[in-house]
Amino acid sequence: MTTLLIFIVLGLVFIAIWQMTKIFELSQLKAEHAQIANDSDNKTNGYLLFAFMVFTYLITIFSFWKYGKFLLPEAASAHGEGYDYLMLVSFSIIFVVQFITQFLLHYFGYKYRGKKGNKALFYADNDRLEFIWTIIPVIVLAGLILWGLYSWTNIMDVNDEDDPLVVELYAQQFNWTARYGGVDNVLGDANVRMIDIDKANVMGLDESDVYAADDIIVKELHLPVGRKVNFKMRSQDVLHSAYMPHFRAQMNCVPGMITEFSFTPITTTADMRNNPDVKDKVARTNKIRAEKAANGADNVDPWEFDYILLCNKICGKSHYNMQMKIIVETQEEYDAWIKSQQTFSQTMASVQ
Amino acid sequence: MSATAHAHVDDHAHDDHGHHHHKETFVTKYIFSTDHKMISKQYLITGLIMGFIGIAMSLLFRMQLAWPGEAFPIFEAVLGKWAPGGVMDADVYLALVTIHGTIMVFFVLTAGLSGTFSNLLIPLQIGARDMASGFLNMLSYWMFFLSSVIMVLSLFVEAGPAAAGWTIYPPLSALPMAQSGSGMGMTLWLVSMAIFIASSLLGSLNYIVTVINLRTKGMSMTRLPLTIWAFFVTAIIGVISFPVLLSAALLLIMDRSFGTSFFLSDIFIQGEVLHYQGGSPVLFEHLFWFLGHPEVYIVLLPALGITSEVMSTNARKPIFGYRAMIASIMAIAFLSTIVWGHHMFISGMNPFLGSVFTFTTLLIAIPSAVKAFNYITTLWKGNLQLNPAMLFSIGLVSTFITGGLTGIILGDSTLDINVHDTYFVVAHFHLVMGISALYGLFAGVYHWFPKMFEGKMMNKNLGYVHFWVTAVCAYGVFFPMHFVGMAGVPRRYYENTAFPMFDELTDIQVLMTVFAIIAAGAQLVFAYNFISSIFTGKKGPKNPWKSNTLEWTAEVKHIHGNWDGPIPEVHRWAYDYSKVDDKGEYIIPGQDYVPQTVPLQDDEEEEHH
Repeated sequence: MTTLLIFIVLGLVFIAIWQMTKIFELSQLKAEHAQIANDSDNKTNGYLLFAFMVFTYLITIFSFWKYGKFLLPEAASAHGEGYDYLMLVSFSIIFVVQFITQFLLHYFGYKYRGKKGNKALFYADNDRLEFIWTIIPVIVLAGLILWGLYSWTNIMDVNDEDDPLVVELYAQQFNWTARYGGVDNVLGDANVRMIDIDKANVMGLDESDVYAADDIIVKELHLPVGRKVNFKMRSQDVLHSAYMPHFRAQMNCVPGMITEFSFTPITTTADMRNNPDVKDKVARTNKIRAEKAANGADNVDPWEFDYILLCNKICGKSHYNMQMKIIVETQEEYDAWIKSQQTFSQTMASVQ
Repeated sequence: MSATAHAHVDDHAHDDHGHHHHKETFVTKYIFSTDHKMISKQYLITGLIMGFIGIAMSLLFRMQLAWPGEAFPIFEAVLGKWAPGGVMDADVYLALVTIHGTIMVFFVLTAGLSGTFSNLLIPLQIGARDMASGFLNMLSYWMFFLSSVIMVLSLFVEAGPAAAGWTIYPPLSALPMAQSGSGMGMTLWLVSMAIFIASSLLGSLNYIVTVINLRTKGMSMTRLPLTIWAFFVTAIIGVISFPVLLSAALLLIMDRSFGTSFFLSDIFIQGEVLHYQGGSPVLFEHLFWFLGHPEVYIVLLPALGITSEVMSTNARKPIFGYRAMIASIMAIAFLSTIVWGHHMFISGMNPFLGSVFTFTTLLIAIPSAVKAFNYITTLWKGNLQLNPAMLFSIGLVSTFITGGLTGIILGDSTLDINVHDTYFVVAHFHLVMGISALYGLFAGVYHWFPKMFEGKMMNKNLGYVHFWVTAVCAYGVFFPMHFVGMAGVPRRYYENTAFPMFDELTDIQVLMTVFAIIAAGAQLVFAYNFISSIFTGKKGPKNPWKSNTLEWTAEVKHIHGNWDGPIPEVHRWAYDYSKVDDKGEYIIPGQDYVPQTVPLQDDEEEEHH
């Protein structure tokens, strides 16, 4: 069906192109040289410029109307609220400038379309005008720069205030592992050179480090709501990027170094599932998945919303499917979950 | 080299140079030519062929994105073993996006655009017989050709071509066990790029020397057309930044082949620890983007220069704010070399460094804004001759603004966090540098086609169809793409089906792909127009666009030395369009333009632009 529709669209487009060529050909009546624009070309294309301006506005409106609801839901982290606000303000400025400049550009193209005998205005310079449109961007950008830098400095300041939970995100082709500091909330030493697959020491923890003994290694990231989390990122093979879009958080994982990011989750997974936007999205998505299932597609079970960690730096063949579920829960739920997990020393003991 | 150059400048008796004809054979005329006009055509045609390869690749992966995992006979036909049963393989998807990026950025928009028009226009517009060194120029083209051949050959390597993204970040690009494309394919990629860089440097040095030394009498720097200013400054940033990419490539070759650890450290892959210790991929990112960001402007500035010239000519008005335009070009060029870190805000480099790069990056918006406003004012109260070249120039300003504005989001380190490496970035740079620079290329081809092919002109109606279909489709592809990025979809994903949260975005992918296919169809219209005009195009007047610049005073027929007689002398800037005297009459009665070769009239004041 889709294929048929596409062929019809393509067919129509080619008819349109053919007709446009005809119109252009008919429009050139008495040309000086056939391949140089004459008055009627200027007229046709002047009108088309105007139409194109309308098109740019329409595609903007259409995209917002049709795709606006696809954007990420409200931020689920403390700094994310400020992030979203700065984004909104920046976008407002962008749309005002876009609206005005595209209007002027295309409207002038339409209004001043050439006509034989018209005289263009010799207008080479105007210092005042140029000063104005230099100084306005300077002021606006200065504001945005200062605001952006202020937020950036705050977001990127990874410190130990407020008793943060320390979590390591460990990347490898093509999966994620998380490691908690355990009871002491301190991560034990680790290096790829200490990886011992036979003993299931897959993250290369230092078995003699006391801080490592109580570390907890998991494949699903649980975070207590309202508590700051300091992430330490490592990669064992190539570059990866830990991207947690719902938290407005991202940091590359670089072999040979430990990178950091910090945020405080503020909305539990349960609460986010009740967010009206998210509910709508889940309903829409499950409708699509049901249709696909009816057509016999695989892997289209109904979806329940979850926060997700994606890899966002090209890392190889299965880059597109390198993910880990994130669950934000109450402190009690988190405590119960972490208690049920094995510590590193327990795992090692069970292997030996 | 400089000795020859001085001889040209000092000794105008050398003017008779144009008369003596060497005996030319097919080989010296069409293949190993040292004539800048022929070399420019060689660049253009090679660039266009590479462009068609690059665009064809984009269609393949766009189809995969719109209809993930579906079998297409075309995939099997083109990709062979990489599409068993017509279903595209994930490795080849990455290879396609990698080579698409490499080809479009370097081979089409750097060599194809700058190489073509710098070669064609620098001697013709400054009034020189040829480039400072015709031999270096020839060498530059043939190294470009060689690197193109190697890049294309790398597509046929057993294990597949390079597939680590056009930015080839190590360790992925350094370790064959991390990805099949990082074997022979990546080696060829690096060799090809090393040769490309050498070619680019030879070309750039030649452009710089020619502009400085070979300007004709009266052609002061402030009388140069803005095209030349753009090519000149582009060449300078090329010379400054391309060698750094070469060093990055060399160090990567050493890591790959000789066991050094410049970019690698602490790697455990496929069950074993590698010996690398102490290197850092972040170092590679710095080196890469030290070129990579200026590269954006190496691509864009020539397009903007072409737009300035085409727009002024067709508006029948001087370019508004000539000096501000030069200042903007120089400011952009300077700033472009100190903003590279905005590609690395979340690379793990010190966040304070990120702050500095945010600052410099947002600064670059200022000269860019000035340029956009100046273009718009150039249109105001003009007598616009809407030739295809003019439409492409207006289109360029439109996409330059649309794409440039989202740079405010990406250049802001805070806002970059969540859109970094998503489709938002893809949409941004395709509009601001990809589409804009392509429009500049097309504007240049339509405008200077008569100069390249001895007076023949391209069909304007096909040109209009080409422009309008392309313009609509370009927005049709890249405007909705911003929303995909804002929904959190990462780039370079073979398919998005692994994440239910992206399910509902498939419709947008289909829409974008349909627009992309139609846009590619419009490029076939261009290809047909281009090729048929070369052979059957009708000759137009000597100065078809009634332009002021010197190239239109040169012989229509291509002769070695450009002007049959003496080199023209220049008496004014290039933008005396519709200039009037006190009584409101044109300076030359009945003619709305005053070529640069016309001396100042008795009561005329020179514009203190």
